[in-house]
Amino acid sequence: MTSIRGRLWRTLPLFAAAALVACAVAPLVGSTHLDLLKALDPSIPFARNTDAQILFVARLPRTLAAALVGSALATAGVVFQGLLRNPLATPFTLGVSAGASLGAMLAITFGWTLAFAGLSPVPLASFVGSLGAVGIVYALAQARHRGLSTSVLLLAGVTMNAFFSALILFVQYFANFAEGYRTIRWLMGDLDVSSYEPLLAALPLLLAAFVAFAWLPRQLNVLSLGSESAEARGIDVDRAQRLAFFSASLATGAAVSVAGPIGFIGIVVPHMVRLVVGADHRVVLPASAFFGAAFLVACDVVARTALAPIELPVGVVTAVTGGPFFLWLLVRRR
Amino acid sequence: MAARQTAVARRVAQVSDLCHMVLLLALFVSTGASAGPVPSRIVSVVPAVTEMLFAIGAGPQVVGVGSFDTYPPEVKARPRVGGLLDPDLERILSLHPDLVVVYDTQTDLRQQLARASIPTFDYVHRGMPDIFSTMRAIGARVGRADAAARVAAGIEARLDAIRRRVAGLPRPRTLVVFARDRLALRNIYASGGVGFVNDMLEAAGGENVFADVHQQAVQATSELVLARAPDVILELRGDFESIPVEDRDRERHVWDALSSVPAVRDFRIFILVNSSLVVPGPRVADGVELIARALHPGVFK
Repeated sequence: MTSIRGRLWRTLPLFAAAALVACAVAPLVGSTHLDLLKALDPSIPFARNTDAQILFVARLPRTLAAALVGSALATAGVVFQGLLRNPLATPFTLGVSAGASLGAMLAITFGWTLAFAGLSPVPLASFVGSLGAVGIVYALAQARHRGLSTSVLLLAGVTMNAFFSALILFVQYFANFAEGYRTIRWLMGDLDVSSYEPLLAALPLLLAAFVAFAWLPRQLNVLSLGSESAEARGIDVDRAQRLAFFSASLATGAAVSVAGPIGFIGIVVPHMVRLVVGADHRVVLPASAFFGAAFLVACDVVARTALAPIELPVGVVTAVTGGPFFLWLLVRRR
Repeated sequence: MAARQTAVARRVAQVSDLCHMVLLLALFVSTGASAGPVPSRIVSVVPAVTEMLFAIGAGPQVVGVGSFDTYPPEVKARPRVGGLLDPDLERILSLHPDLVVVYDTQTDLRQQLARASIPTFDYVHRGMPDIFSTMRAIGARVGRADAAARVAAGIEARLDAIRRRVAGLPRPRTLVVFARDRLALRNIYASGGVGFVNDMLEAAGGENVFADVHQQAVQATSELVLARAPDVILELRGDFESIPVEDRDRERHVWDALSSVPAVRDFRIFILVNSSLVVPGPRVADGVELIARALHPGVFK
């Protein structure tokens, strides 16, 4: 326990370096050849410099989106696993992503055109949907308890997931063929944001969540012992749980609105990190933030290049790598 | 020895030729028999074939149409029986059809109808030539072979006329988008190098920027659009994905983010909304002409 600082210093720079390398290399590879010298040549006007636009309009925002979303989903996964005291919890367990998906389905199917603060209609609707889901689940978990009941939270979340999924099917029934296809594609995750505006819109929300996360590690460590022993150690359990629930939900909602519900990041990354650094949230949480970024950036590179010029959905790449890992984890724990 | 072998081989070949002929004859007789009398109560869940039936004068025989049928206006008065994914067998049966036009992928529906002894016409569709083969086949099936041949020849003549007018003109490299998110360059789906939309573009005197991709649809990421640098961007929409007229300028300017693309620089971005652009039916020449007018404004006044 005394060596927490030492462990942080030994491991964190490695994860940070992995994230930095991924973010630096990813914009250099893609489905087309890029002439880096030409891209950075200031004598060619930007409006006529295709290479520069591929680098700065297509690839860089996309890489940054992958880093932000991967980081948010991985850390939200850590927080939900700690809050629910369940190693198999994901950012999507409590219905946030299902609510976001319902919003996006509605926007696509009915062709909504409401845009706000740099957000186009589909991300906006999905963020509003995630807020709705968080509100309902929270109200349910609080209804008959003094504080926040994590078991009710879990049951309410799972039920809301199923209910929203049913509503999604209901909405999809009204979609025509092209819309139906696009709604399904949205569910597979997509990072091609093609401008910085969606990132700037999501950034304040993600920053707020990350600031809250900075508060959480010690409390999550104590919470993992059970709420009675946590109270005995002078932790305001109710407040810690509330903070964890809302900040992780906010991070998830913002991430899903940018890129759709990209699966498995929120479970694979935290567990990979725990294999390396142990279970202490003071190390796991920041390390997952870096490694989540590196992991999703790498998966997106595969998605962009594996079948170029055809694009693989990034959610398929994370699922193909994450699914078997998840199963191995499940078997290993028994 | 060698001579004898060739003699045997020739004999075998003759016998197998005979077999083929018998088989062909049997096939011919059997399809002729199963077609039976001219159908008088037709249900079509395929919008393209519904249009063909009306175009060849079999409209009065059509007693039910699919959920996505919008043309000709007469279909509004016909009962709806579902579509590709959700055909309503009960409603179809309640109309007592003697011919049902189905997609060839609707195997369940076809089996159910076979059990009810209702003949079906299987619709297969790949590219523009299939429009004419389908039209002739459905014409023969509903007893209007002559009318079908006449209508098909008329459309082919119109297409040839358009092809002649654009022949020799520079063929702009074109990105054909048929779906994307509203007010954003996300989830862009474009025509690949095969299929009806690609064929329409070629007939209209354009060259597909994704001609090398052997798929009907390509997800066009911003990187792909920048790299392929189309001269023209065409957004085709039917009745169900229509973009209201007042929104079209805003939607065209969404592309401004990709300013190095020639189509964006010269603002040669067109949003064409017409069901003839998405239904591979008898109005295909209308659709091709709309595209040709956008690509070659100087020639079509």
